[in-house]
Amino acid sequence: MAITTDNNAPAPPVAERASTSTGRAGDKIFLGLSRGSGILLLVIMASIAVFLTYRASLALSQNEGNFLTTFDWNPAGDPPVFGIAVLLFGTIVSSVIAMVIAVPIAVGIALFISHYAPRRLAAPLAYVVDLLAAVPSIIYGIWGALFLVPYLEGLNLWLDQFLGWTYIFEKTQVGVARSLFTVGILLAIMILPIVTSVSREVFLQVPRMNEEAALALGATRWEVIRLSVLPFGRSGVISASMLGLGRALGETMAVATVLSPSFVISLHLLDPGGGTFAQNIAAKFDEATELGRDALIASGLVLFVLTLLVNGAARLIIARRKEYSGANA
Amino acid sequence: MSNAIQDAAPTQAPPRRDSLSHRRMPRWAPAGFAAVSIALGVGIGTATGLESRIQWGLIAAAFFVVISYAATSAVENRRQAKDRLATSVVWVCFVLAVVPLLSLVWVTVSRGIKVLDGYFLTHSMAGVPGFEPGGGVYHALIGTLEQVGLATLVSAPIGLLTAVYLVEYGKGSLAKAVTFFVDVMTGIPSIVAGLFILSIMLIAGLAPSGLMGALALAILMIPVVVRSTEEMLKLVPNELREAALALGVPKWRVILKVVIPTAVGGITTGVMLAIARIAGETAPIMLLVFGSQLINTNPFEGAQSSLPFYIWEQYRVGNEASYDRAWAAALVLIAFVMILNLVARGIARWKAPKTGR
Repeated sequence: MAITTDNNAPAPPVAERASTSTGRAGDKIFLGLSRGSGILLLVIMASIAVFLTYRASLALSQNEGNFLTTFDWNPAGDPPVFGIAVLLFGTIVSSVIAMVIAVPIAVGIALFISHYAPRRLAAPLAYVVDLLAAVPSIIYGIWGALFLVPYLEGLNLWLDQFLGWTYIFEKTQVGVARSLFTVGILLAIMILPIVTSVSREVFLQVPRMNEEAALALGATRWEVIRLSVLPFGRSGVISASMLGLGRALGETMAVATVLSPSFVISLHLLDPGGGTFAQNIAAKFDEATELGRDALIASGLVLFVLTLLVNGAARLIIARRKEYSGANA
Repeated sequence: MSNAIQDAAPTQAPPRRDSLSHRRMPRWAPAGFAAVSIALGVGIGTATGLESRIQWGLIAAAFFVVISYAATSAVENRRQAKDRLATSVVWVCFVLAVVPLLSLVWVTVSRGIKVLDGYFLTHSMAGVPGFEPGGGVYHALIGTLEQVGLATLVSAPIGLLTAVYLVEYGKGSLAKAVTFFVDVMTGIPSIVAGLFILSIMLIAGLAPSGLMGALALAILMIPVVVRSTEEMLKLVPNELREAALALGVPKWRVILKVVIPTAVGGITTGVMLAIARIAGETAPIMLLVFGSQLINTNPFEGAQSSLPFYIWEQYRVGNEASYDRAWAAALVLIAFVMILNLVARGIARWKAPKTGR
C-alpha cells in the first residue's frame, strides 16, 4: 500500500519551478487538512469521555446512595438516590441472551448463503440480508411490542412448563411477555443481519484451494466447512459477534418499546421487569430534572465504557488472529 | 491385473459399503423430510391445541433435523449423516431467521398502507389529538431531511479527509490511533452520542434544536463514512497513483484528480449507506431535538420532529389511531431507507472498480 514518492527526483527545469512550488504548498495544506480531521476524530472521542465524566461527576457528588449497588433510580427524591445495579444486570443479561440465540443462527445463515444455497438464490439472499441490516431500530421496536410480544406467549408457556425447573425459565408472575427474555429475542433478530453479513464476507474469502483440497480428499461438505471454512473464518465470526454485541448493549428504542421496566433484579427471565442503560435513559429523560439528566449521563458513561471495552477487545482479538491466520484479507 | 478381472464373477457383486457406489438417498429426500416434518408440526400443533404458530414451527424444525439425521445414518453412513445433519441445521437456521424478518416487513407494509396517502404525507399533527385519526407526518419528514442533511454536511468532509489521511498519508502512531478509534467509534451507541451533545448543551446553556440532533447524528456517521471511503480508496490501483506522480503531479492533485474520481462511486455509496443508517436513529433526536407537533423548517432554532421520533411518539400514545400513524410513518421511513440503499448499491455496481471477485 505504501506509495513511494521520491521528492529528490531529477531537478525540474527552471521554468517550471514556480508551479512545482505552489504544488508543494498545496500538498502541505492538504496534508494539514486531512491530518487535522484525523486528529479531530480523536478529539471527539476524548471529549465524549471528558464531557460525560464531568457531568457524571456532578451527579455522583450529590448521590446519597451507592451508584453501583443501589436498586433504585430516584434522582429527584430527597435525598437523591440512584444506582445502576439493575441496569447493568439487565443490559448484560439481555445482550447475552441475544448473543446466544443470534450468533449460531447467524453463522448458519452465513454458511447457507456462502456454501449451501443454490447459486441463483445466494446473491439475492445476501442482498436482502444487507437491506435488513438497514431497518431502523424503532421499527423493530414497534414490531416487537405490537406483534412479537403476543406471539411469544405460547413459547413462554412452554419454557415454563418444560424448563421451569432450571429456575431461569420459571415464570412466577402472570402478565404479557414484556420480559428480558423477549428483549433478548428481539435483540437477536436485530443483530442477525449484521452478524450474518460480516461472517458471510469472511466465509467467502476462504481460499478456494483449501476447500478444493479438502473436497479432493473425499471430505463431505460439512467436513470441508469444519476443516477449512470455520478455522479460517473464526476471527471474522468473533469480530462480527462483537459488533453485534456492541449493538445489543446500546440498543435503545427496541428495548424501550418492548420492556415493561421495574427496578428489580430477577433471574426469572420470563417475568416482566428489569431495565437496561439505554432503555432507562429513554424512559426517564422526559421527567428528568437537571440532576436527573446528569444522573442519566452518568449511567450513559458506564454504557460508553462497556461498549468501548467490548469493541476494543474485538479489535485486539482480530488484530492478533490476523497474524496467525495467514489471511491477508 | 487382468487375471483378477477375469476371475471375478460375471454377475454384479453387491455394492460394498464406503465405496463410490454405496447407497445414496434420492435427491428429493430433503424436500420429503421437510414436508413430513411440517405435516408433523402442524398435526401435533392442532392435536394438542397449541395456539402459537411459533411452537408449530419449532416442532417441525426439530423433526426435520432428527428425521434427516436418522434416515441418512440408516441408509448411508455416519459421515454422510453428519453432513446431512449440518445441512439440515443450516437450512433450519435460515428459515428461523427469515420468518421474523419477512414478518417484520409484511406487518409494516400491510398495516402502514392503511393510513398512508397524500394527505398523510403533506400534513402535520397540528391540532390533531393523539387519540383521533387524522394528521400526518409532514413536519417529521421535514425534520428528518434537514437533520440528516446537516449531519451529512458535517460528517462527509471530515470522514472523507480522514480516510484520505489514513490511506494516502497515514503511517506511524497517529494513523494507528485513528484507525483504532474509528473502529471503536463505530460501536458508540446512538444514545451515548446524544448524551455527549446533551452534556455540551447543559454546559453551554443551549436550547434543543435540529442542529444539536444533527451533530449527534454526525458523530454516528463519521466512522461509517471513514470505513467505507477507506475501503474504496484502497481499491484504487497503485499504478494510477504512480503514473500520475511520475508525470510530476503534486500529491494533493493526484489525490483530488485521480484517486478520488476513480473511487467516487464507492464513496458515494458509502455516504448514502451511512445516511440510511442515521436516518432511523431515534435516541439522539429524543434527547436533543425534543419533538414537536408543528412544522418547523428552521433546524437552527426551536424543537423539531423526525420520522423515527414521530413513530416513538405515536407508539407511546397507545391507541389504534396512533398505532396506525406509527406504522404508516414506519413504512415511510423504511421506504426512505430502502430507496437510499438500493440507489447506493446501484451506484456501487455501476461505478465499481473491477476487482478479482
